[in-house]
Amino acid sequence: MSDIRNELKYVASHEWIRNEGDGSVTVGITDHAQDLLGDVVFVELPEVGADVETGDDAGVVESVKAASDIYVPISGEIIATNELLEDSPELVNSDPYGDGWFFRIKLADEAELDGLLDAQAYGELCEDES
Amino acid sequence: MANKTALYDQHLAMGAKVVDFGGWDMPLNYGSQIEEHKKVRTAAGMFDVSHMTIVDVTGADASEYLRYLLANDVARLEIKGKALYSGMLNEDGKVIDDLIVYRMTDPSVPGEWFRVVVNCATREKDLRWMADKTAHFDVALTEQPELSMVAIQGPEAIAKAKSVLNESRGRLIDGLSVFQGLESEGWFIARTGYTGEDGLEIIIPEDEISEFWQALADAGVAPCGLGARDTLRLEAGMNLYGADMDESVSPLVSAMGWTVAWEPESRNFCGRAALEAEKAAGVAQKLVGLVMESRGVLRGHQKVIVEGVGEGEITSGTFSPTLNVSIALARVPVGTKDIAMVDIRGKHVAVSVVRPPFVRNGKKVFS
Repeated sequence: MSDIRNELKYVASHEWIRNEGDGSVTVGITDHAQDLLGDVVFVELPEVGADVETGDDAGVVESVKAASDIYVPISGEIIATNELLEDSPELVNSDPYGDGWFFRIKLADEAELDGLLDAQAYGELCEDES
Repeated sequence: MANKTALYDQHLAMGAKVVDFGGWDMPLNYGSQIEEHKKVRTAAGMFDVSHMTIVDVTGADASEYLRYLLANDVARLEIKGKALYSGMLNEDGKVIDDLIVYRMTDPSVPGEWFRVVVNCATREKDLRWMADKTAHFDVALTEQPELSMVAIQGPEAIAKAKSVLNESRGRLIDGLSVFQGLESEGWFIARTGYTGEDGLEIIIPEDEISEFWQALADAGVAPCGLGARDTLRLEAGMNLYGADMDESVSPLVSAMGWTVAWEPESRNFCGRAALEAEKAAGVAQKLVGLVMESRGVLRGHQKVIVEGVGEGEITSGTFSPTLNVSIALARVPVGTKDIAMVDIRGKHVAVSVVRPPFVRNGKKVFS
């Protein structure tokens, strides 16, 4: 059973979103997603400073099995990316909600947070998929 | 309902992630494909390959039949147990499947018998093709679905296997040459594999496999899934049917030219005329290795661009856990030299063109 954290929000494309409470969010992929992908060997992330919109491509996660797009779960500006992933992409597998995070977004509109899935809704979605 | 091997419940108990593979529920990995891969390169791993199709070929014309059916020549098998890798071609000289054939009897003793191991996803078309070709031969084909098969691979594979086998089977292993298999008390033990490491492939009655698998696990042989099997075989530069060759290509453009036995000229194997015509006209493509030092992963079907020469395509690509770079097999124009570009999602990335294999016995081997 994959780990789904109550304090986080989610989107159907398996990214998680943590509200940092200062107008920014942190984004990564869920435990369920990393488990489906298998061993992650490479992560391509967006440029810091880029303006992004919900649903945009924000990069690629390459596992031994396949390449998967990372999507922007919420609009805003990329203010940081996780440089640890450059040398240690396996952190996405070992610590998807911690050191395996992808990027931070300064929100364009905090009201967009209300449209995200909560842990229960995301859990149901994963069950439907399996 | 998918087919399940005799080890299915044990796979689940060992934590396998199971996927459909050619109609079989097979382990993809037992947690981490990369750890399993490294275990095979540095110690020993085992694979359940019971989904593969085993067909015994018997009868007075068994040898003549196989000399017609296969592009490689079973007459080269001069001692009992020796194995041969071959393509089975259609009349157009294209690859129906690749397979291993073992000579099961001493060539000097009457009563011929060969054992053929073919892929699982191609089982039905292979069996149909093989049956169709028996018309003018005194030969019988017998599938052996009640036999299971386990591959034990890695530098410690033989020592670990011997540690759980009885003395006579251990002695048999000591006497095996590379690419040879022999029977011992109902088990068929071969020094073959698909990983580029030393190791064994053992064919066992299915009611005995479970105990053997557990004994190997207890001896420290890591269970490995099809995921690791694919990265290992690609590092070893070995073809995968359906990716690196299929019925649309000939062995001559699939790095399998060495498996075509042209001599003796009098042997008219299936597909020979078409291959001779292709050779006479000039072979247009070749299968090469690619190595990408920059970040990212090469994948099957990505376009290969060779400046001034033309274009090709990756047939299989992956991240190499041993080399820590991405590697691929690609079919490219024959004029391709030592550099090319690969189109990765619209970006052109430089790659080196090398001669496979990439890894043998745990070490980088290309230059």
